[in-house]
Amino acid sequence: MNVLFDNWDTYWEGFLGTLKLTGVSAALALVLGVLVAACRVSPVAPMRMFGAVWVNVLRNTPLTLLFFAVVLGLPRFGIVLPFFVFAVLALGCYTSAFICEAVRAGINTVPTGQGEAARSLGMTFGQTLGLIVLPQAFRSVIPPIGSTLIALAKNSAIAGSFSVVELLGTYRTLSELGFNIVWTFVWIAVGYLIITLSISAVFAYLEKHWEVAR
Amino acid sequence: MSTDGTALYDQPGPKALARHRLYGIAATLVLAGIVAWFVYKMFDTGQFTAEKWNAFTYAGIQELLLRGLGNTLRAFAWAAVLSLVFGAVFAAGRLSDHRLVRWVSTLVVEFFRAMPVLVMIFFIFIAMKVEPRIALIAGLTLYNGSVLAEVFRAGVHAVPRGQSEAAYALGMRKTQVMAHVLIPQGVRTMLPAIISQLVVALKDTSLGYLISYEEFLYAGKQIATNLDYSLPFIPVVIVIAPIYIGLCMLLSGLAKWLEQRGRRSRRTAA
Repeated sequence: MNVLFDNWDTYWEGFLGTLKLTGVSAALALVLGVLVAACRVSPVAPMRMFGAVWVNVLRNTPLTLLFFAVVLGLPRFGIVLPFFVFAVLALGCYTSAFICEAVRAGINTVPTGQGEAARSLGMTFGQTLGLIVLPQAFRSVIPPIGSTLIALAKNSAIAGSFSVVELLGTYRTLSELGFNIVWTFVWIAVGYLIITLSISAVFAYLEKHWEVAR
Repeated sequence: MSTDGTALYDQPGPKALARHRLYGIAATLVLAGIVAWFVYKMFDTGQFTAEKWNAFTYAGIQELLLRGLGNTLRAFAWAAVLSLVFGAVFAAGRLSDHRLVRWVSTLVVEFFRAMPVLVMIFFIFIAMKVEPRIALIAGLTLYNGSVLAEVFRAGVHAVPRGQSEAAYALGMRKTQVMAHVLIPQGVRTMLPAIISQLVVALKDTSLGYLISYEEFLYAGKQIATNLDYSLPFIPVVIVIAPIYIGLCMLLSGLAKWLEQRGRRSRRTAA
């Protein structure tokens, strides 16, 4: 218990760091993921190809390698940004591949007849997409996006080893100060459990809220 | 993809096709522009000069990389085998008839699934003071084993109930039902998920880099931070990334192939 209260500030800073990193990366991943998913379902072949390459390459890249390339490689191009931005770029791009696949799978679960019916009623492409397809896809997309974001929160721990302030990185400060290493890790673990369990609770609520009897 | 129909749009007519072609050309130009900018940047910052690539001509450096790759594959093999065993044991625990065994296994599996794998690796490495290789393998085993336990459990549950009911009705014991009826059928459905999880294990072996286990990425870093070779970061990434990504893609491809094959054979059987 003492380890937690004696170092409340360090822990709190790390906890907020992880939250911020997860939040900003999640926003980037959602935007990028939806855009790439749009490419993957578009009727334009080169865009589909771009989407496929983006997803397959990023899904099969070890995140540590991506961090390595972004944090240590980009400065060689003369692109120097704060470490936090680098970490967000790496995490966001990596996660966007998984978001894209979730969104694409969601769009594909909407039966073809739904779109055909909408168009035969005279709806435009925008109306079909916005009023018919996306609302139905949205529901089936919630659970996989939830688990992707939980994975994102867990993956953000890697950023601690690339000079970003976050929860796992606090162990360095504390072990230098000579605190009990086991308890240090217990409280770090509790912090991560709080974050991952909150995300899964939020998504369980969302799933229930948008649920419809079919 | 567009030919087998989607809810989004009809088969395009001649006008739409022409428009799509136009968009296609525009998109290609934009992408080509981005690639060209990257290549220009690389030339501009001198990434293709001989001194940056010189390092790779030394036999010692090549051996260093190969040794790193060997260590990566060794760690992956250990982690894969051990997590399959761990998963099988805890899946059996979760399917047990004894409440205590079930609770303990559920607790273990849920805890390790919710923890970042890096926290476990660091904990084993720093708090328990074991060597990096063991810490990496143990961390990967705990995490991937827990996920695999859930995969196994789901696979056994996915077998239609009539199968186990029929087996019990024939007088089989629970072990027999599992070994002769449920697992042989479940394995087919769970094989793609198992392989996909092994891809995760393979990718996560690169976390060994963070605890200075001499794996592939670590070997790359040793070359990249060497002043004698004028810090060849980009060349190292260009060499290492395709090998990593290629290995993972091979495994992912296997998972995808198994999934498609399983789907096809089930359809013909029905």
